[in-house]
Amino acid sequence: MNEAIRDFTKKVGIPRLIISLFFIFLCFSSISLGLPFASLSSDTLRRFGMNGILVLAMIPSIQSGLGPNFGLPLGIICGILGSVLAIELGLVGAAGFWGAIIIAMPFAIGIGIAYGIMLNKIKGSEMLVATYTGFSIVSFMSIVWILIPLKHPEMVWPIGRGLRVTIALDSTFGNILNDFLRIDIGKFSIPTGLLLFFFAMCALIWIFNRSRMGIAMKASGDNPKFAIASGIDVDFYRIIGSVMSTTLASVGIIVYAQSYGFVQLYQAPLMMAFPAVAAVLIGGASARKAKISHVIIGTFLFQGLLTVALPVANEAIKVGNLSEVLRMIVQNGIILYALTKVGGES
Amino acid sequence: MAEYTLQMNNIVKEYYGNRVLKGVSLKVKPGEIHALLGENGAGKSTLMNILFGMPVIHSTGGFEGEVLINDKPVLVKSPKEAMEQGIGMVHQEFMLVPGFTLTENIKLNREITKPNLVSTVFRNKNLETLDKAQMDKDARTALDKLGMNIDEWVKVQGLPVGHMQFIEIAREIDKLGIKLLVFDEPTAVLTESEAGNLIEAMQKLAATGISILFITHRLDEVMQAAQNITILRDGELVATRPVEETNVLELAELMVGRKVEVTQKEESNEDSILNKTVLSIKNLHVAMPGEEVKGIDLEIHQGEILGIGGLAGQGKIGIANGICGMYPSSGDVKLNGSPMKLNDTRYALQNGMSFVSEDRRGVGLLLDSSIEDNIVVTTMQIKGGFLKKFGPFTQADFPHIREHALKMIEDLDIRCTGPTQPTRRLSGGNQQKVCVARALTLEPDVLFVSEPTRGIDIGAKKLVLDLLVKLNKELGMTVIITSSELAELRAVCDRIAIVTEGKIEGILKPDAHDRDFGLMMAGEYHKVMKKSGEAIS
Repeated sequence: MNEAIRDFTKKVGIPRLIISLFFIFLCFSSISLGLPFASLSSDTLRRFGMNGILVLAMIPSIQSGLGPNFGLPLGIICGILGSVLAIELGLVGAAGFWGAIIIAMPFAIGIGIAYGIMLNKIKGSEMLVATYTGFSIVSFMSIVWILIPLKHPEMVWPIGRGLRVTIALDSTFGNILNDFLRIDIGKFSIPTGLLLFFFAMCALIWIFNRSRMGIAMKASGDNPKFAIASGIDVDFYRIIGSVMSTTLASVGIIVYAQSYGFVQLYQAPLMMAFPAVAAVLIGGASARKAKISHVIIGTFLFQGLLTVALPVANEAIKVGNLSEVLRMIVQNGIILYALTKVGGES
Repeated sequence: MAEYTLQMNNIVKEYYGNRVLKGVSLKVKPGEIHALLGENGAGKSTLMNILFGMPVIHSTGGFEGEVLINDKPVLVKSPKEAMEQGIGMVHQEFMLVPGFTLTENIKLNREITKPNLVSTVFRNKNLETLDKAQMDKDARTALDKLGMNIDEWVKVQGLPVGHMQFIEIAREIDKLGIKLLVFDEPTAVLTESEAGNLIEAMQKLAATGISILFITHRLDEVMQAAQNITILRDGELVATRPVEETNVLELAELMVGRKVEVTQKEESNEDSILNKTVLSIKNLHVAMPGEEVKGIDLEIHQGEILGIGGLAGQGKIGIANGICGMYPSSGDVKLNGSPMKLNDTRYALQNGMSFVSEDRRGVGLLLDSSIEDNIVVTTMQIKGGFLKKFGPFTQADFPHIREHALKMIEDLDIRCTGPTQPTRRLSGGNQQKVCVARALTLEPDVLFVSEPTRGIDIGAKKLVLDLLVKLNKELGMTVIITSSELAELRAVCDRIAIVTEGKIEGILKPDAHDRDFGLMMAGEYHKVMKKSGEAIS
C-alpha cells in the first residue's frame, strides 16, 4: 500500500498533486458557497483554450535547450502586430483571424531567428536575458504603437495620435473560434472551435517531435555534448526552437485576443510570459524537459485555479476590492511556487 | 627525536565494497625525501586523503590500519587537524591570490597583528593592525630557506609558473612546527630547469629536518631526489627500495607489472591485418583541455585493434576526440588515402567512423531518454535511417526502431527491463553497452572507443572487451581503444601506442617487456636507451 502511494506520488509529482488537491478543494468550496458552477466551469474551459497555445510555445523552447521562454512577449508583439495590420487591411471574420496569423508569421520567424542567434551567444543565462529582452521589446513597441501610421477608426484615438490601449474585436474577428461549433447546455458552454484549434496545434507539435528534426532538437536540448558527438548542429536547433516558440506565441496571442474580445497594446504583454511558464511547470515540465501532456495538464490546472479561486475568495472575504489583491496573491504565488520547481526533480 | 616522522601501517580502504588500498605501509624518517610511485588509480591519492583526513574518507566509512606521527598514533579527522599535526601539502594547482604580494599570500589567514586603539576598545583581535614588518621578515626567512631571491613585496600576478610553486612551499614551511610536507606531482607543470630548482629546494628543506613525501611518476627525478621509494600498484604495496639498490629500469617494471589478465585473445590476428592504412595521422594537434595532443604521427592499419595508452593528462584521450571533431584540432589526417576534414563531427560519422566517448554519462548518453532512442538517434541524424518519409517531412519509424533495439539488446546482452527503460537507470556496464550499440548502429569501418571499462565492474569489463574483440574478428572492424588500464590493452590489442606529453613515445607489441611500458609511460624510454646504450629487448 505504502509502495503504491509512493509510486503514485512519484509518477504524478508532488507539486502537481498539491495543486490538483487545492483545485479540487476550491471546486468543492465554490459549490458549498452556492456559486454558479456551470458558468465557472465554462469559464475554466474557455480560459484553458485561450491560454493553451501560449503555454504550448514553451515546448520547443524547453526542448531545444533554451529553457522556459521568458522572452514570450517577443512573439506576442508579432501576433499583436499581425492583428492590427489585419484590422487595418479591413479583414473581418475568419479572414481577419487567419489574416492576422499569416501577417504575424514572417515577423515571428524573423524575430525568432534573431532572438535565437542572440541566445546562442549567451548560453547559460537564457532565462534572465530572455526576461529582460521581453521587457525591452514591450517598451520599444509602446513607442511604435504611438508612431505607427495606421488609420482604422476603431484603432486610433479619436483625438491625438497613436493606437488605443485596447482595441475591441466585436466588428472584426472577436470570438470567431469560440463560436465555431459552440455547444450550449444550459449555462454551460463548450467553445468547440477554440479547443479544436488548440488541440490541432498540439498535434502539429507532436508530429514535429517525432520527425528527424524534432528528435535532433530534443537531443540538443537534452544533452548538447551528446548532440555534438552525434553530428547535430546544436546552435541551429536552438534557433529552430526559438523560431517555433516565437511563432506559437504570436498565434497564441491572436487566439487569446479573439476569445478575450480585445487586442491589448502597450504594457499588456509585459508580464504574459510568467503565467505561461508557471502553467507548463505546474504541468510537470522542468527547465530541460517538457511534453505536450505537461502543457495540457498545466494549463488546465493553472487557469482552472485562477478562475475558481477568485469568486471563492470574493465570497469568503467581502471587503471592497480585496478580491483583486487576492487574485494577484494567488496568481503570483502559483508562479513563484512553480519557478522554485524550475530545476526539475532529478 | 622520534625515529619516524610518519608511519602508516597496514592501511586498508574500501569504497562501497571495492578495495582500493589493500594493506599499504609507509615509513618516513625525519629529514628524508620519500618518493611515492604508481600509475593512475594505484591508490596514491587515497593514501594521501587518509593522511589528510579528507571528508571523502570519513563519509565512506573510514579506513583500517593506523597512522603514527612522531611515533604517536593519531586519528586525523579533518585537513585542519592534519595542519595542526604539522603536515603540509603543496598542491599541483596553485592556490594563490594573484592580486596579493608574496608576503600576503604566504601569511594569508595567519597574519601577525599588533593591538591598536580600536581593537583595545572593542577587545576584538580581528580589528588589530597588521604587523607588516614582522610578516615581511617571516616571509623573507621562508623564501631564503628555499633559496629564492625574489622580493617579498612583489605581487603574485604575472610571476612565472615555477615561482608560484615556490611560494606555495614557502607558505607551508612558514607554518610553525611543520614536520612533513607532501608534494603532489609538483613538477608536472614545470619546465626541466624549474624542476631542477625545485628538487634542490626540497633537498635544502630535508636538510633542516623536514620530511618530504614526493608523489610523482617521473622516474629520473625520483632517482635524483629521493632516499627511499615506495611503489604502489592496484592498491597494493609492491616494494619499498632504498634508492641505491634500484634503478630506473626496475622502477618502471615494478610500476607496471603484470596484472590479472581480463581477457586473452586466443590467437594473434596478424594474418587478417591487411597491410593497408585506414587512417594516416600526421602532426595532429588537439586543444582538449587537460588532454592536449601536441603533434602526433600515427598509422592505423585496416582490421587491427590499436591500443592507445599512457598516464592521465598526457593527451591519449585527445586523439579520438580530435579526429571525431569534439575539440578544435589541426593536422594532416588521411582517411583511406584521401584527406579528411577535421573539426567536423558529421563528416567523420558519415565517412565510416564512430566514437564511444570516455565521458559516458556526459557525452555518451541521453540519460532521460529510452534505450532505443539512444541507440538509433545518431544513425537517424547522420544517415537518415529509421525514418519514414512523407515528401519533405519525416516521421520516426517506431516499429523498425523497436526491432533494431531488441536485436541490439540481445546481441550485446544489455540487462534492462525493456527497450523503453531510461538509460539513467542502467548500471555502468550496461550503459557502456548502449553506447557501443549506438556506435555500431552507424555500421562503422573504424570504431574509436575511449576508456571502455572505466567505472564498471570486472564481469562487465570482460563482456565489453570480448565484444570489441568479436567485432574486430567477425566484422573486420578497425578498433582503436584508448584506455588508462594497460593490462586490458595488453590483453586485447595488436599494437599499443603509448602517449606521453602529447606525443607518441613509442609503439609496442602487447607482449613487450613490462619495463619498456613503464619507461614509455614515464616518458623516459628514449632517454634511457640513449644513456645506457644497451639493447632492450
